[in-house]
Amino acid sequence: MTSPHLVPLDLEALGQRLAQKQGPEFWRSLDEVAQTPAFQTWVQNEFAPGAPEWHDPLSRRRFLQLMGASLGLAGLTACTRQPEEKIVPYIQAPEGLVPGKPLFFATAMPLGGVAHGVLVESHMGRPTKIEGNPQHPASLGATDALTQASILGLYDPDRSQSVTHVGRLSTWSAFLTALGPALETQRLNKGARLRLLTETVTSPTLGQQCQDVLTLFPQAKWYQYEPVTEDAVRAGLQLAFGEALQPVYHLEAADVIVALDADMLTSGPGNVRYARDFMRKRQMSGHQHSMNRLYVVESTPSLTGAMADHRLPLRPAAIAGLAHALMRALTGSATGSSEPAPTSLLTRWVQAMAGDLQQHRGKSLVLAGPQQPPVVHALAHTMNSLLGNIGQTVTYIAPTQVQPVDHTMSLMTLVQEIVSGAVEMLVILGGNPVYTAPANSQLAHHLTQVPLRIHLGLYHDETAALCHWHVPEAHYLETWSDARAYDGTVSVLQPLIAPLYGGKSAHELLAALLGQSGSSGHTIVRTAWEKRYADRDFEPFWRTTLHDGLLAGSASPARPVTVQPDVAQKLAPVPTAAATGLDVVFRPDPTVWDGRFTNNGWLQELPKPLTKLTWDNAAMLSPATAQRLGLRNEEVVELRYQGRTVRAPVWIMPGQTDDTVTVHLGYGRWRAGQAGTGTGFNAYALRTSEALWFGSGLELRKTGERLSLAITQEHHSMEGRPLIRTGTLAHFLAHPHFVHEMVHDPKPEMTLYPPHRYDGNAWGMSIDLNACLGCNACVTACQAENNIPVVGKTEVINGREMHWIRLDRYYKGDLHTPETYHQPVLCMHCENAPCEVVCPVGATAHSAEGLNDMVYNRCVGTRYCSNNCPYKVRRFNFFQFADWQTPSLKLQRNPDVTVRTRGVMEKCTYCVQRINEARIQAKKEERPIRDGDIVTACQAACPTQAIVFGNINDPQSQVAKAKTDHRSYGLLADLNTRPRTTYLARLRNPNPALDDTTHG
Amino acid sequence: MAQIFHPSTNTISRLSIFGAVFIIAALAWLAAAVTRSPYVTQEGVARTQPVPFSHKHHVQGLGLDCRYCHTSVEDSAFAGIPPVKTCMNCHSQIWVDSPMLAPVRDSFRTGRPLVWTRVHDLPDFVYFDHSIHVKQGVGCATCHGRVDQMPLMWQNASLQMEWCLECHRAPERFVRPREFVFQMDWEPPADRIALGKQLVRDYNIQPPTYCSACHR
Repeated sequence: MTSPHLVPLDLEALGQRLAQKQGPEFWRSLDEVAQTPAFQTWVQNEFAPGAPEWHDPLSRRRFLQLMGASLGLAGLTACTRQPEEKIVPYIQAPEGLVPGKPLFFATAMPLGGVAHGVLVESHMGRPTKIEGNPQHPASLGATDALTQASILGLYDPDRSQSVTHVGRLSTWSAFLTALGPALETQRLNKGARLRLLTETVTSPTLGQQCQDVLTLFPQAKWYQYEPVTEDAVRAGLQLAFGEALQPVYHLEAADVIVALDADMLTSGPGNVRYARDFMRKRQMSGHQHSMNRLYVVESTPSLTGAMADHRLPLRPAAIAGLAHALMRALTGSATGSSEPAPTSLLTRWVQAMAGDLQQHRGKSLVLAGPQQPPVVHALAHTMNSLLGNIGQTVTYIAPTQVQPVDHTMSLMTLVQEIVSGAVEMLVILGGNPVYTAPANSQLAHHLTQVPLRIHLGLYHDETAALCHWHVPEAHYLETWSDARAYDGTVSVLQPLIAPLYGGKSAHELLAALLGQSGSSGHTIVRTAWEKRYADRDFEPFWRTTLHDGLLAGSASPARPVTVQPDVAQKLAPVPTAAATGLDVVFRPDPTVWDGRFTNNGWLQELPKPLTKLTWDNAAMLSPATAQRLGLRNEEVVELRYQGRTVRAPVWIMPGQTDDTVTVHLGYGRWRAGQAGTGTGFNAYALRTSEALWFGSGLELRKTGERLSLAITQEHHSMEGRPLIRTGTLAHFLAHPHFVHEMVHDPKPEMTLYPPHRYDGNAWGMSIDLNACLGCNACVTACQAENNIPVVGKTEVINGREMHWIRLDRYYKGDLHTPETYHQPVLCMHCENAPCEVVCPVGATAHSAEGLNDMVYNRCVGTRYCSNNCPYKVRRFNFFQFADWQTPSLKLQRNPDVTVRTRGVMEKCTYCVQRINEARIQAKKEERPIRDGDIVTACQAACPTQAIVFGNINDPQSQVAKAKTDHRSYGLLADLNTRPRTTYLARLRNPNPALDDTTHG
Repeated sequence: MAQIFHPSTNTISRLSIFGAVFIIAALAWLAAAVTRSPYVTQEGVARTQPVPFSHKHHVQGLGLDCRYCHTSVEDSAFAGIPPVKTCMNCHSQIWVDSPMLAPVRDSFRTGRPLVWTRVHDLPDFVYFDHSIHVKQGVGCATCHGRVDQMPLMWQNASLQMEWCLECHRAPERFVRPREFVFQMDWEPPADRIALGKQLVRDYNIQPPTYCSACHR
């Protein structure tokens, strides 16, 4: 797609098309609504224009000439023999390992200090795939996309591989030698000039070690900094209850949920568990015919907002006003009279929400996002208290952090100390503060004043470059450690593999500071737990904890809380000037997070859930604002905030709040690695400690430049058909068959081909669109399981991304507040598969169990199958996308799945390796395959259990039951392809009082 | 005017037309023969190994069971190559000074593994599982031949897909009772097909012949 977005936005024309229903009812992009020529070209061609062309200096034509000349030699290739392979046995076989069978070990992935319990699949000592730990409260067997992709981080060839001293290679022992005298100097003045800087610490052992350092050096100080911080959550709780607490939500008990700029379903501590709990109240299977109702008021579109039954875009600073108004409506009294009168839309919203909340006392929940100021949090907690929700839908526990502090303040204090010359030795344990620190701290500038700087990190990154010593950090899959989950549950992290690059954990570095440099991570962690459980028989306790991946019963107990009596005074609204100009909103990136995953190719290429953007971030504007400013997609603008500027490409985002520009953190890194360096722009450059999450007064200036963005939202488009089927709960209850009235499905006998017979198993899948969050966990899980390569930004622009599952995102309704829908599309495994009949070499064939098999070794790359596939789910290896060179990446591959070569078509196999494994196991045990024996990778990862897979010949199987649901429909079933993958229609549960004003 | 072509041209042209057909057919036959030949398949070619391990001596001479070394054959896709410790179980007691066994002792002492040459090597796009074949009554000797008579190991069959399908399409010609799977010298009874059919019924043998059974 060469210039798809050059047409200036004509909002009125677009609005008219949508209003007059000239355009599609469901739409994927503004270009689709406008039916621009570029969009039409893109839709009508299976492959992007020029996609079959080579971009090498050698043209395709020249290549064919050369190949023709060597045709005579080509026949001889059949005579080549397989290269001889070597086989290397163990000296002594490890206990419990059966060669060829994977083992699973429980550990936990810490993100921002919060543990997510996982089971890691290990093939002959190589960790290859991460699954959720069904016993762990934060996981319940599911994972998110970041956890899935973290396995690639382990094998990243760009990870730092050696200790360095002022940029030169060094060794751990040289570091220890240099550390000795430095520590001695510090000891003499009781550590008065020694400072520690860590990320969030929930690890009891690491916390203890930090305390030990402070005991050994009594005047040293420990600072913590996490860029995606929960400072406001902590401060809000302090304000409401007067003590340090942490909330745990119980969404499974809530019938009405009001989220104030909160994206609790897809980001933040416990999001995977929250998503599961939320969906429990929305699953329409069986006899359940009720749904919870979600109101979302937010400044920037989020996935939680996309799930909402009612969504209201509001400027970030205005959300506090709405919270005050809601509070007033609930108490029936005025907490302040200076508040400007809300507009009529807001009044209706407040009344509707207040009415709904009042009707569901004890079964409702108000929650605020970490990006909102403390007062909004305090209001939310007070409202929950008023509604009797505390103890029902929300409980409070002691903070899981060892030392809960305000992270931003902590870092700013450290910088002040550096400026005043009080710091002589700074030890940075993990994190990349030079890149992530607020711009006004000027950490990068001041850091060099510290006479001795030591950095422990996974990469030789921006911070490492400014430190004297850099020690490579061990990945969490190489480390002994411990950490706590969102509810306080403790997990002990065990390594899956010895450090690939001799990395050290934070425990080992702290031990060196404490003069115990000999002790291994294992000794440190185990000894710490032995001390804590000195009264028990330790060995069984330790083994059980490691085996289960968590310490049983370690979840923090709920604490009784009471709202501060004077909270009303404290929360009195401060009169603020009406917002004018542009607001800037900062958000962690949905795929690369705060920048720690910037070098992860899987996450870079993962289309961001709502924008479908890959390899970049963008300044997101609402259509109205873009039109007012005369901006087009991909136009580069200069953003100026408080005197600091960055240049960013524009992306027009339906549903974005007007006059609000959202930028995502994590891009624009200059020392990330091969994959990450130079992607996107650095939003941290605008972020200050006063405006961590939003601020007003942003200036925007056109530059006249353009930057191509790799956006997949129009790729593989199947426009103009009822692909997404939705309705409201009330409509569904009144007309249960509405889904089937939308389109005529042909009868099974309407075909010229003889029917297939399935005597045994017949595999099928059902995807509940009502439960699909669009979180991308399935896409990444599939990538890890099936050895799917990364193709890079240029090739994504060419439409050559290789993901076997894509998540189609559709909008419905107007441009300002459209409804948002997600639909995962993978191979449908059609009964009458159009691809099978056109393959000239029989490389795609129907199996006896109804799978549409893809045989890579037969495929000659004609791509006819892809041309004939109405679902556009086939992916072609235009180049040698799979990396055969990098040794570390070979270790990651799933040995049960072929690594494909150039010139081969591929697609979803329903995880046939897992099917075969289950079949063989069942045969060996002389029993049929049971329902639930086969769990596909996408199904396993899904936080909301939207995907079910199984034998549709067995009427008792989950999938067969799902397919009898009234909401079940096949995608493009009117083509009589008879897809094996079917969908359950999405339902919304709008409040009748609000239904005509806003959309979810 | 004299004729342009000599009369013998007729014969030459006829010969060359016939010849072309035969030459093309012969080339096709040659290609088919070469791809099936031991030159390509390595069938029957004894490989050199770091230690000249004799299956004949250990199996026929000493009566070791296959599973003493290939421990995972009943549990896993991979039959397993014994760790050096397995060799040393006996060879720390017998033949302790044999120069032939020096690499084994060195390996055990230094912890540096032996590097064997793989004899049965399927292409990387083929996924074969030993455990299910053993369970369904495919004898070791059915595919690997009389290993007990091989001083050095060689591949007994072509391991090509047509060879696999011979059995997958007609398992009754090859299966044997489970109790004889590991017996090298088991001989089928006279009514082999009747026994095979009985076993196919008893063991519920339904060998898949669709692609994804082995290719994924």
